[in-house]
Amino acid sequence: MVLVYIDHEDQQIKTSSLEAMSYGAAVAKLLGVSAEALVLGTTQASIKDLGKQGATKVHHIAVDSLNMLDVKVNSTVIAHAATQLNASVVLFAHNINGKALAPAVAIKLKAGFVSGASSLPEIENGFKVTKTVFSGKAFAKINIATPIKVIAINQNCYGLHPIENVAEVVAMQSNIPAPSIKVTEVEKVKGELPLTEANIVVSGGRGLKGPENWGILLDLAKELGAATACSRPVSDSDWRPHHEHVGQTGLQIAPNLYIAIGISGAIQHLAGVNRSKTIVVINKDPEAPFFKAADYGIVGDAFEVVPALTAAIKKSRQSE
Amino acid sequence: MKILVCISKTPDTTAKIAFTEGNTKLDENGIQWIINPYDEWYSLVRAIELKEKDPATTIHLVTVGNAEVEPIIRKALALGGDEAIRINVQSNDSFVVASQIAEVAKKGAYDLIFTGKETIDYNSASIGSMIAALLDLPFVSLANHFTIEGNTATIKREIEGGEETNEVILPVVVSCQKGMAEQRIPNMRGIMAARTKPLHVQEPIACNESTQVLDFELPPAKQGVKLVATDQMDELVRLLKEEAKVI
Ligand SMILES: Cc1cc2nc3c(=O)[nH]c(=O)nc-3n(C[C@H](O)[C@H](O)[C@H](O)COP(=O)(O)OP(=O)(O)OC[C@H]3O[C@@H](n4cnc5c(N)ncnc54)[C@H](O)[C@@H]3O)c2cc1C
Ligand SMILES: Nc1ncnc2c1ncn2[C@@H]1O[C@H](COP(=O)(O)O)[C@@H](O)[C@H]1O
Repeated sequence: MVLVYIDHEDQQIKTSSLEAMSYGAAVAKLLGVSAEALVLGTTQASIKDLGKQGATKVHHIAVDSLNMLDVKVNSTVIAHAATQLNASVVLFAHNINGKALAPAVAIKLKAGFVSGASSLPEIENGFKVTKTVFSGKAFAKINIATPIKVIAINQNCYGLHPIENVAEVVAMQSNIPAPSIKVTEVEKVKGELPLTEANIVVSGGRGLKGPENWGILLDLAKELGAATACSRPVSDSDWRPHHEHVGQTGLQIAPNLYIAIGISGAIQHLAGVNRSKTIVVINKDPEAPFFKAADYGIVGDAFEVVPALTAAIKKSRQSE
Repeated sequence: MKILVCISKTPDTTAKIAFTEGNTKLDENGIQWIINPYDEWYSLVRAIELKEKDPATTIHLVTVGNAEVEPIIRKALALGGDEAIRINVQSNDSFVVASQIAEVAKKGAYDLIFTGKETIDYNSASIGSMIAALLDLPFVSLANHFTIEGNTATIKREIEGGEETNEVILPVVVSCQKGMAEQRIPNMRGIMAARTKPLHVQEPIACNESTQVLDFELPPAKQGVKLVATDQMDELVRLLKEEAKVI
């Protein structure tokens, strides 16, 4: 059986987990077994809808304390459930919680572990998974040699593949170990789309000259329903908050569309965004290295191009 | 207090990645090796700052790798830290690396184990969580702020779209990222001192690899950029809608 760990927040299942479920259903089909989901904690989200991503059953351990991430506790609960359910493959989204939990679960299950998987496994002569390495500059094919496998899949690499199906929700009991951490405060940027979950990201660099000029970028982002990001010097100079910094030393993202405004495209910046499906670059310097990594380019002054692009999108929305 | 800082080596961030021997090995021609930035800038420097506040602190560095990692570990010692341990085995399997470090950690009875957020070559982001699981310790990932009071650590960690504060009783394993500390440059005194700091080489414990890297592949090259004139924004919108299908 393929068991997919489902992450939820704010009464919603995370898109990255829906994608992991969809991937899990495909892996299960390859192996000729069922794909099932595991939900920890309580949520208003309609978890039987995981059926639409291919789950036949949703195992639900509805204990409030599991809503917070305590890696020691939650990984023990997940590993225990996987053993009880006889899972041969346990899948996670390679998101913040998945990155923390999956390796610990692998240890507890004595399972081989691959994180950052980017395509379906090959199951002839072994169990081979391709993962991104060198911050997206290459892929490696890894063989997992153990009977049980744990895999964390990259966000936005497989997509959603909905079908007509409703899953059966099964309540599951578990012994919950004593907490090992105490959460004393949670601060969330209100109303903002988390960067790593966004389909479209609009990002600004030093070419925008100063924080006072970010209005044109924010307008474009709003029109597109996009999250915002920035290059490292921009967050280092406190023009933008640190959680927006993408690149080798910041967040690695893979949206469908990445629009880079006034960013030169240094290799360390590219390392954070090169897995984006489509890249649009707006830069006044035709020699900017970013154009080599772009799908669409506009050589021009951001202060003219960006408002014009926003207006064009608005216009096309109105004519729809 | 005893701190163990995990140090790994990676190609320099500007390295051009290519492969040899039928795409089974990284082409090391012209590659400069550096300390993994998360290990150097954030976890090691934060450990040094904790020692500066409380001189009774001991910092040990640990690295799993063959003799080729020694310049890297010496460079880390030049930044700070009292002694280093190298486990003499080279593996890309997270389980093997984590098991070796867990063994060192168990013997040394450390109060605090720091790793980087991830290595920038294999991007596994897994060693910290694995060490914690092997030792049955609490684990806090993606820490960007860390303070300590008696035997309690207060740690801020990244969550999706925000930040969370955790309190943990030591010992704990923490993976570190930007925000923990500011990058430092080793000075001459540090470099001189590093030459005589102890670097213990230990043989690995027996441990089977659970995964093997078979080969590598470079991503397909981009088709080439399609340039759109500045007065053609309607055309760009059309391309994004109809050709790329992303809006
Ligand atoms: C170890 C290491 C790690 C690093 N990690 C990261 C990382 O994670 N993320 C990251 O981003 N960087 C990282 N960097 C820094 C990186 O090397 C670059 O310095 C940085 O990305 C440059 O930021 P930028 O493109 O905003 O600025 P610049 O390089 O200054 O580029 C500004 C661009 O704006 C253009 N421009 C200027 N005016 C206009 C205008 N009016 N309209 C349109 N375009 C205009 C210019 O032509 C130029 O191309 C790292 C560096 C090192 C050494
Ligand atoms: N070979 C190694 N020796 C010592 N520490 C390592 C090694 N590999 C990884 N680490 C530590 O684990 C962190 C995460 O690495 P990874 O899980 O491989 O992405 C790194 O930032 C290091 O702190």
